[in-house]
Amino acid sequence: MALLEISSLSKAFGGLHAIDKLDLHVDRGEIVSVIGPNGAGKTTFFNVITGMITPDEGEIIFDGADLAGLRPNQILALGMARTFQNVRLFPNMTVRENVMVGRHTRTKAGVFGAILRTPAFRAEEEETKRKAEETLSFFGTRLVGYRFDQPALNLSYANRRRLEIARAMGSDPQLLLLDEPTAGMNPRETLEITGLIGKLRDEKGFTVVLIEHDMRVVKGVSDRVIVLDHGSKIAEGPYDEVAQNPDVIEAYLGRPATGTA
Amino acid sequence: MSLTAAETTELLPAREVQLDRAVRVGLIGGLTAMFIVTSGMLETFDLRMIVDPILSLGYVTLMAAPFAVGYVAGKAPPVLEGYAAPSVGARNVQAGAIAGALTGAIYALYALIIHVLDFSSVFIKLTEQTKKIVTLDMGAGGVLILALVMAVSGAVGGAVHLLERRWKRAVLYSAFWVVMFGLLEVLVSQIAFVRRISAVKELLYGTDAGLTLIGAVIIGGLVFAAYYYLDGRVRAATRRAMALEGQQRRRFILISLGVAIVFLAVLPQILGPFLSEVLDLAGVFLLMALGLNIVVGFAGLLDLGYVAFFAVGAYTTAILTSPVSPKWSPELSFWTAIPFIILAAAAAGVMVGTPVLRLRGDYLAIVTLGFGEIARILFLSDALKPYFGGAQGMLLIPDIDIGPFTIDDSISFFYPIYAFVILFAYLSYALQDSRVGRAWMAMREDESVAEAMGVNIVAAKLWAFVIGAIFAAIGGALFAHKIGSVFPESFAILVSITVLVLIIVGGMGSVPGVTVGALALVALPELLREFAEFKFLFYGTLLIFMMLNRPEGFIPSRRRARELHLDEVEQDAWLAQAAEQDPAPAE
Repeated sequence: MALLEISSLSKAFGGLHAIDKLDLHVDRGEIVSVIGPNGAGKTTFFNVITGMITPDEGEIIFDGADLAGLRPNQILALGMARTFQNVRLFPNMTVRENVMVGRHTRTKAGVFGAILRTPAFRAEEEETKRKAEETLSFFGTRLVGYRFDQPALNLSYANRRRLEIARAMGSDPQLLLLDEPTAGMNPRETLEITGLIGKLRDEKGFTVVLIEHDMRVVKGVSDRVIVLDHGSKIAEGPYDEVAQNPDVIEAYLGRPATGTA
Repeated sequence: MSLTAAETTELLPAREVQLDRAVRVGLIGGLTAMFIVTSGMLETFDLRMIVDPILSLGYVTLMAAPFAVGYVAGKAPPVLEGYAAPSVGARNVQAGAIAGALTGAIYALYALIIHVLDFSSVFIKLTEQTKKIVTLDMGAGGVLILALVMAVSGAVGGAVHLLERRWKRAVLYSAFWVVMFGLLEVLVSQIAFVRRISAVKELLYGTDAGLTLIGAVIIGGLVFAAYYYLDGRVRAATRRAMALEGQQRRRFILISLGVAIVFLAVLPQILGPFLSEVLDLAGVFLLMALGLNIVVGFAGLLDLGYVAFFAVGAYTTAILTSPVSPKWSPELSFWTAIPFIILAAAAAGVMVGTPVLRLRGDYLAIVTLGFGEIARILFLSDALKPYFGGAQGMLLIPDIDIGPFTIDDSISFFYPIYAFVILFAYLSYALQDSRVGRAWMAMREDESVAEAMGVNIVAAKLWAFVIGAIFAAIGGALFAHKIGSVFPESFAILVSITVLVLIIVGGMGSVPGVTVGALALVALPELLREFAEFKFLFYGTLLIFMMLNRPEGFIPSRRRARELHLDEVEQDAWLAQAAEQDPAPAE
């Protein structure tokens, strides 16, 4: 059964149809890439399904639940977490705290627990901290040790992208939405992230949807590729099949979609 | 590798002190001197001696301008990477002297002009007395002398940079504290009066306000010695204390808490009624500041109508405890009224918080500003006069009883006020370091991302408003009991602004910073009431200075301090450790 099922989803900004009658589904355990030229509506698609933008019409069913009218934090609680195209960390909070915020929906200590320092509160704080450190250790030695207590703004660009993924992982999601995880990275780092995305599914069991421009990454990790243009799906299927599709080549305006592969 | 590379690389020539910059700041100094004369500061300040009989506050202020511009002009620009460090020398003094001389020249020109031409119909503070002061009562010769002293003062300001850091700090701070002690004669004389140790007072101050020459030398010498000796040691001790772990850390916290409580317990007894009164007022503002610190400092919600909650607390306690409350007077005691005050404040917090949930930044500020005024107008209105007493306010709010003790004067009020200060400071720390505190912080950094990461924005915002409101309401209630009455005029917008200014100056999000801010910006002006007309000028100048030079505040939050000072140490330690375990570096 599909983990995410979207039918006739539409969102217009004034006269611009950012998403136009979009139908798609993501199965559990899949890695799906969403590609398309600039302005095709990829990021809007993420914003709509995570509740940051309200759709004009259409239905989003996630893990059997209808997402209509839910706030972003409620959608996260159901198990859909995302990263942002233009890295949006909490820059003045430490690396560990960033991930601890990600665990917010999985914890429940309130004001009174914090004031009275109840045993339950302390235990939960310890647990949150431990889980955050464990999540960070997924990225090898890059985000551990003294880095735990560094403010996020001190991190290198690539590490900020990694931390964003860690923060999303912190919420124990079922579905991970990665918005251009390799944007701005050098080829070596891109290669590493490509491997990492596979590990996210194989070791951690996340279903992954990623928006990506780098066709090497798309080719390397995707079970299935969905091509958007002007807010509609114009092609869908395995990478090699989609790459040959004349509509896709045309959408990229003569830029050879296969050229970089 | 990298070290030797840096050594062999040719450094670019040092960026020296710029003389054209000296001219620029000198002009600013001149304008400042003109302003000091024209605004009437000189005349008012001249009445107050700093060092009897030679130096009045007026001349200190006037001479501070060329000294400051000399200091700025003589300071070398920051050393950038790849540039050599400039050597200090005659150039620093020269730049300072140029700036000071220019200030002096403009001052002299202005002094002569106001003597020849009469502007007193426009600038009413240019009185005969002011004209006397600007010439030392010696005509053109006096002006010349002052202008020369200004040039020298500028040169001295520039020459400060010749001193080694440790000496520089000791010199500057001893000058600063001599002026402060000269100003705060009341502080010493009150303590001396209460403790009956007038010998110390007479030694330092003689019979008048203002230090004696001997007093100035003693104070200056002591401060100099203290700064010279303590330089570096304080920071090292702080670092050691912060590095403590586990049991030791807990013991350290307990001991320092115990010392602080004993100190606070004896403080009002030492200070006497007048100074306790000043600290009580500062304490009430501190309660509000701790509350606003949660709303603005932690959660990032700029609330400009914060005084409304202060008013809610004051009026709630007035209704519940005063025997002459117009509508209904259950005549509860302060302690039984507290739960109701908290409930009323929480309700007010939700009432203000709910409509502004979707507002951010500037819009939030404007709307809350409106709420603050609405609250004041409601309490003032004739329509609600049967409940709140309108412009007449409410009277006969009783004293506070604690067991057999009655809290009825400024000395005894110190205890409940500061007990709540300690409680609220604890609550601030406890909340900051919790799931709720992290939610607030995340929300302050980026609201939409915080929500996408699972933070319930509605709950987080309302909690911030409610807790902030409770802090302010308790402050308001204590204020009402202390004064014994409430009037709508006490809840003007200026209170909101003052509280905001003191958390900005003290250090947003930092409890010690907020405390220092309240003491410096509320207690100090109370001690210097004679200059009250310049209070907001002082606030404004201080705010601009802080925004330019130290936007994080006097005592930034611990988080910032940690980032700024302990980072390198931790990083080096970790790298060394990692290198031992794994010869290949992490990155």
